[in-house]
Amino acid sequence: MTRADITDLIVEIIADIDDEADFDNLDPEKPLRDQLDLDSMDFLDIVMELRKRYKIQIPEEDYPQLATLNSCATYLEPMLKDV
Amino acid sequence: MPTHFKYCKDRYDAVVIGSGLGGLTTANRLARCGHRVLLLEHHHRLGGLATWFKRKGHIFDVSLHGFPYGMVKTCKKYWNREIMNSIVQLRDIVFDNPQFSLKTTFDKQDFAALLTNRFGIDPKRIEAFFRRVDTMNFYDDRTMTTRELFEEFFPGRSDVHRLLMEPITYANGSTLEDPAITYGIVFSNFMNRGVFTFQGGTDQLIALMTRELEKNGVTICTGARVDRIETKNGRTTGVNVNGRTIGAPAVVSNSGITNTIYNLVGTDCFTDEFLEQADRIRVNNSSCQVYLGIRPDTSIEMIGDLIFSSRSPVFDSAELLDVNTRSKTFSVYYPKTRPGHDRYTIVASMNSRYEDWSKLDEEHYRLAKVALIDRTLDDLERYVPEIRAKIDWQEAATPRTFNRYTLHTRGTSFGTKFEGLDVSRSIFKQIGGLFHVGSVGIIMSGWLGAINYGVIVANDVDSYLRSIEKV
Repeated sequence: MTRADITDLIVEIIADIDDEADFDNLDPEKPLRDQLDLDSMDFLDIVMELRKRYKIQIPEEDYPQLATLNSCATYLEPMLKDV
Repeated sequence: MPTHFKYCKDRYDAVVIGSGLGGLTTANRLARCGHRVLLLEHHHRLGGLATWFKRKGHIFDVSLHGFPYGMVKTCKKYWNREIMNSIVQLRDIVFDNPQFSLKTTFDKQDFAALLTNRFGIDPKRIEAFFRRVDTMNFYDDRTMTTRELFEEFFPGRSDVHRLLMEPITYANGSTLEDPAITYGIVFSNFMNRGVFTFQGGTDQLIALMTRELEKNGVTICTGARVDRIETKNGRTTGVNVNGRTIGAPAVVSNSGITNTIYNLVGTDCFTDEFLEQADRIRVNNSSCQVYLGIRPDTSIEMIGDLIFSSRSPVFDSAELLDVNTRSKTFSVYYPKTRPGHDRYTIVASMNSRYEDWSKLDEEHYRLAKVALIDRTLDDLERYVPEIRAKIDWQEAATPRTFNRYTLHTRGTSFGTKFEGLDVSRSIFKQIGGLFHVGSVGIIMSGWLGAINYGVIVANDVDSYLRSIEKV
């Protein structure tokens, strides 16, 4: 997966979690939490979905790495490079 | 329909012990993740303390009372839309005590207006208070108490402290001495949009949840009390029910945390350090309730959905716990609660200590319950004149009743104090594959807290099951 694939994937997972989320004007550098009104339970859902789909294990101490779309891409890129 | 225990298979991926809202949610999430799940409940009915009972045509809800708006999103994501769509607002929250009598929708906007207009507090101070509680989270400073928080923002204002604290004490048993973050997290959840309930009642909610569990393939057994959680070489291997072992690499206990450690597993399986931590867990207080059914041909005026009623001069946590407390919540259920079921019921709830009831012999216990009902009717008379002539059913529950149905240590109806959360979260580090879900740490208490904690624990269990798959 490329970085662009990964950000698309994250957006797709969030859209499944919250069908009212508005992705227009989403700034990849800014926290997803503030832009999409996500809470800590939503991030847990993202972690669970990534595990289900790609068997990726993300430990709790790494959750802050998922804060923005760009940081998601950076963190997940090595784990998803062969997908 | 629940399966009889004798038809259960010998092996599952995960066994969930207990069907409180936390256990139900963990079971549902795990099944949705593709795991084979067995749910065991000792009672004949699912729901734990989220329960109801029928008497003479009345249906009494034990813990429905009201929950925060966050329940809408939680039910949508972790249960289904039908459940979500049944959530409706309770608009009339009433306070009535010697310091003030008022009605509120119990949300930030209305509270800010009340605090300004009725209590004469500077709007800037109110704004600062809300900013503080809204941003509180689990990782913040835990040393500040709720009393200190109130004194910082509203020094010497016992009336304001009462307005802010009394409902939360009924909601989760917390006091002014508990960590301020436990108060802030729960209070701001309510203040977000107000108080909500489940239209159709607890029976309908549990029926819809049962249907969803079955759709997702969870095997449900009621009347199956787990005697022991089995372990071998530091890992759990399954559970024992009535001499029969069911094997599973993961066991999730929705029994109380103290019950889980001391009774289901046994202390010899844990390190001394962990047990010292467990020994320090304080279970929360229990409750007394009085259930009143209004005669079928009689109606009552709209007197409020929830009434926080007290004749105590000031808010006092000890007074609220006393056997003779003059403080109680009336949850009033109008026919709108269960469309099509044309009845009014009133459930009075008081916080209570197990010790005050457990030592009574049968005759004194019976008399104490009669007196409890009598005091409740006297208090209710102020809102519903001639209440005694309007009811055709009256019944009391005490901490002993809660203990009998939930098996909780000392009948606790609000789980544990804050320290229970760390023990609950770390039990799997002691015994591989063993997890706990349930009301712990005050913030995981209540219907919303219990369901969300069920999701958090399901994530831990799923992670564990997938990590052992690989080996």
